[in-house]
Amino acid sequence: MARTAKTRHKVLMTAAAWLSGLLIFFPILWMLLTSFKTELRAVSTPPSFLLFHWTLENYASVLQRSAYLHYALNSVITAGGSTLIALLLGVPAAWSMAFSATARTRSILLWMLSTKMMPPVAVLVPIYLIYRDLGLLDSKAGLVLILCLGNLPLAIWMLFSYFKEIPKDILEAARVDGAGVGRELIHVLLPMALPGLASTSLLSLILAWNESFWTLNLSTSSAAPLTTFIASYSSPEGLFWAKLSAASTLAIAPILVLGWLSQRQLVRGLTFGAVK
Amino acid sequence: MGRITLQDVHKSFGPVDIIKGAALDVADGSFVAFVGPSGCGKTTLLRLIAGLEDVTSGRILIDGVDVTGVPPARRGLSMVFQSYALYPHMSVRGNIGFALKMAGLPKAEISRKVEAAAGTLNLTPFLDRKPRELSGGQRQRVAIGRAIVRHPKAFLFDEPLSNLDAALRVQMRLEISRLQRQLGTTAVYVTHDQVEAMTMADTIVVLNAGKIEQCGSPLALYTTPCNVFVAGFIGSPRMNFISGEAAGKYGAATIGVRPEHLRVARNGDGWPGVIMAAEHLGSDTLLYVNAGAAGTLTARSVGELQLGAGDRVSLAPESAHIHRFDEFGRALRV
Amino acid sequence: MSTRQTQAVARILLTPAVALLLIWMIVPLALTAYFSTLHYSLLDPVSERFIGTANFRYFLTDPAFLASLRNTLVLVGSVLGLTITLGIPLAHLLDQPVFGRSLVRLLVIAPFFVMPTVSALVWKNLLMNPVSGLFAWIATLFGAAPVDWFTSHALLAIVLIVSWQWLPFATLILLTALQSLDQEQKEAAEMDGAGPLSTFTHITLPHLARPITVVILIETIFLLTIFAEIFVTTGGGPGLETTNIAFLIYSQALIQFDVGSASAGGLVAVVIANVVAFFLLRIVGRNLEA
Repeated sequence: MARTAKTRHKVLMTAAAWLSGLLIFFPILWMLLTSFKTELRAVSTPPSFLLFHWTLENYASVLQRSAYLHYALNSVITAGGSTLIALLLGVPAAWSMAFSATARTRSILLWMLSTKMMPPVAVLVPIYLIYRDLGLLDSKAGLVLILCLGNLPLAIWMLFSYFKEIPKDILEAARVDGAGVGRELIHVLLPMALPGLASTSLLSLILAWNESFWTLNLSTSSAAPLTTFIASYSSPEGLFWAKLSAASTLAIAPILVLGWLSQRQLVRGLTFGAVK
Repeated sequence: MGRITLQDVHKSFGPVDIIKGAALDVADGSFVAFVGPSGCGKTTLLRLIAGLEDVTSGRILIDGVDVTGVPPARRGLSMVFQSYALYPHMSVRGNIGFALKMAGLPKAEISRKVEAAAGTLNLTPFLDRKPRELSGGQRQRVAIGRAIVRHPKAFLFDEPLSNLDAALRVQMRLEISRLQRQLGTTAVYVTHDQVEAMTMADTIVVLNAGKIEQCGSPLALYTTPCNVFVAGFIGSPRMNFISGEAAGKYGAATIGVRPEHLRVARNGDGWPGVIMAAEHLGSDTLLYVNAGAAGTLTARSVGELQLGAGDRVSLAPESAHIHRFDEFGRALRV
Repeated sequence: MSTRQTQAVARILLTPAVALLLIWMIVPLALTAYFSTLHYSLLDPVSERFIGTANFRYFLTDPAFLASLRNTLVLVGSVLGLTITLGIPLAHLLDQPVFGRSLVRLLVIAPFFVMPTVSALVWKNLLMNPVSGLFAWIATLFGAAPVDWFTSHALLAIVLIVSWQWLPFATLILLTALQSLDQEQKEAAEMDGAGPLSTFTHITLPHLARPITVVILIETIFLLTIFAEIFVTTGGGPGLETTNIAFLIYSQALIQFDVGSASAGGLVAVVIANVVAFFLLRIVGRNLEA
């Protein structure tokens, strides 16, 4: 008796879970479906769910005629570049704090996190003016710099927490075996911390790719990543829903995949370790 | 080739003094054991020798050369860690050969030396496995292999056997001793197990709260401990200590008698008491006796004694084996 | 193992990151503080002059500021309310052994990885458009008039979009926390005769108190500066209905080009954020000790 009650419970829960999941995912699904419709179909009522003429013309149009690839490349460069630099700066900093902690290490770490909590809009004016005067407006270098600064605290934090999990005596063994700091890092620490490095990179890439404050304000066309490109679809002239859907699907697809792969690291990174 | 000297070494972590003025001379090729209770500083002393910690004051010399400021990579020592500290992402071959790679030796020579070390330790079939695929004992041997492959000036062991089960521990004890004798390399061995120290070491250094209490051969420590601490630490079961009137009879503030030096008789001379518990090991019998004014005494007899809890006995100390201590716990010599 | 040598190296390794963040912190903020004391319009840079705290007085008494403050509080409060009240049962659901649990998880967390500009435009056009949007069609199915979201309920529309984006975050955090709840505690409660509701109220919820606090604090910090969704859908309107503090400062800086006023507003935003940050850092700091 208890067995059927349990199975019934499980079936109910499964139904509820799937219903919630599908409801939540629905806008994305709808966008995906719309991307395969003709523009006419996309705005017609009643809306069609599956029974319409599926076409790839939107994707073709977006990829060929709207310079989508230019913006996608910008996204790759700005997200990738800022992540790379954040790692180059963050790995040594995290090593330093994890293995050579001083009385001030904790304060420094908390201070670094606090820089992430500053509202970016507070420094919009000076950054905008400085960038304008230095010719960094609408430049990939400028975006890489500011995205890196935004992600650096998080990267250092995550790397620190992963480094701390490495048993100290393995590094000491490397020392006694004749390795200096550099070789200890390369031959022992980094290979062992590879999963942590991967998670940190993933999270940093995702956050940089989706960043929608500095990219919208500091780029217009030449260095504009996908965030800015999609924002341009908000102009009121004409309804290009199908193309918007196609462009959006292309823009979010890689990040969705990366995000699905990095769920657990997300929790660790974004709660600054406050939730385990 | 592997002579280690410590001169007035102090080590503090902030306001806490861990090592208070340690002076030591380790002869080349000898096996020295650091023993003491938890927190006595034995591991810290080892790490100071290794260079993993800086001394607060004092000097450390290896073969007469001052290495106090020299980083661990350049002291020419090798260390076996309590948790083995094997590199998890490298094979056994990689683990053993890492130090040679750091020293810049050519690949062919590294290969040769690694295989030689592996052969000595019966690790040859495991050379291409990763540490996680090995048992505890095998990992331990890899850690030792990593240490011996470089022909260092000295081996440093930090409680290497404490993670092994009892049977394996006895076996490894013999292997390590044999290896050290065979290679003739100085060995400094930290352990909290005084049986390990007694059986493996040429010299034992007893530490207590950062000070070296006594330094000598196992037998010397056993027969002539210089104070109450050493007397109570060396020897198992622990020496019996009696103070007060009974001690005063021998002209001391405290006297000590080892359990094996107490004669057990149903009635006779010595301290009378009632057995609280008796442990029959077959080879020995241990009696825990409530001896009234003399306190609780432990007595050990070879062979089987037909005595049990509640029986009355007399425990007589062998006069040649009574240790006398003054009011500061220092041994009184005749 | 930190010896003098490793400590010296460590200091060198730490310096670039610290220096960079220090400059990033100090220089722009100092400039913002400086600008806030000036009358400086980018349209008329010659008229730049020092006016002390006038910008602050103007900004804080400006009805636009008060409206934006109200909107910010409504926005943050509503999103918090929605994400947490929906997040707790959702997390609880995902904690159960259901068929295809990992797949459902993927569906639930997906919105968080969609870039804000895409989310906003998809919701505004494909779903909420009063003529051709899906919601309009659903309304007509029930015989109701379609809602013109961005005209009559603009702030609510923004709240819905942002809540949809952040629900996965809250759910994931709470789910992680739920999974760390000792199974044995729940079993002990069951033996003690507690039904599922009692177990939830007396055991699960208290355990969730800390993570809920973390979710509130972190979401608040990021929600205070919502920008893209507003920029791309309403541009702050209709009127000031969807202008929050972040958007107000933006519009003063890059639409009206009033640097002085925007800077004053920026400092106000920093103060507000600092209050929240203080509490969040306390919790994180405590965790660091552990």
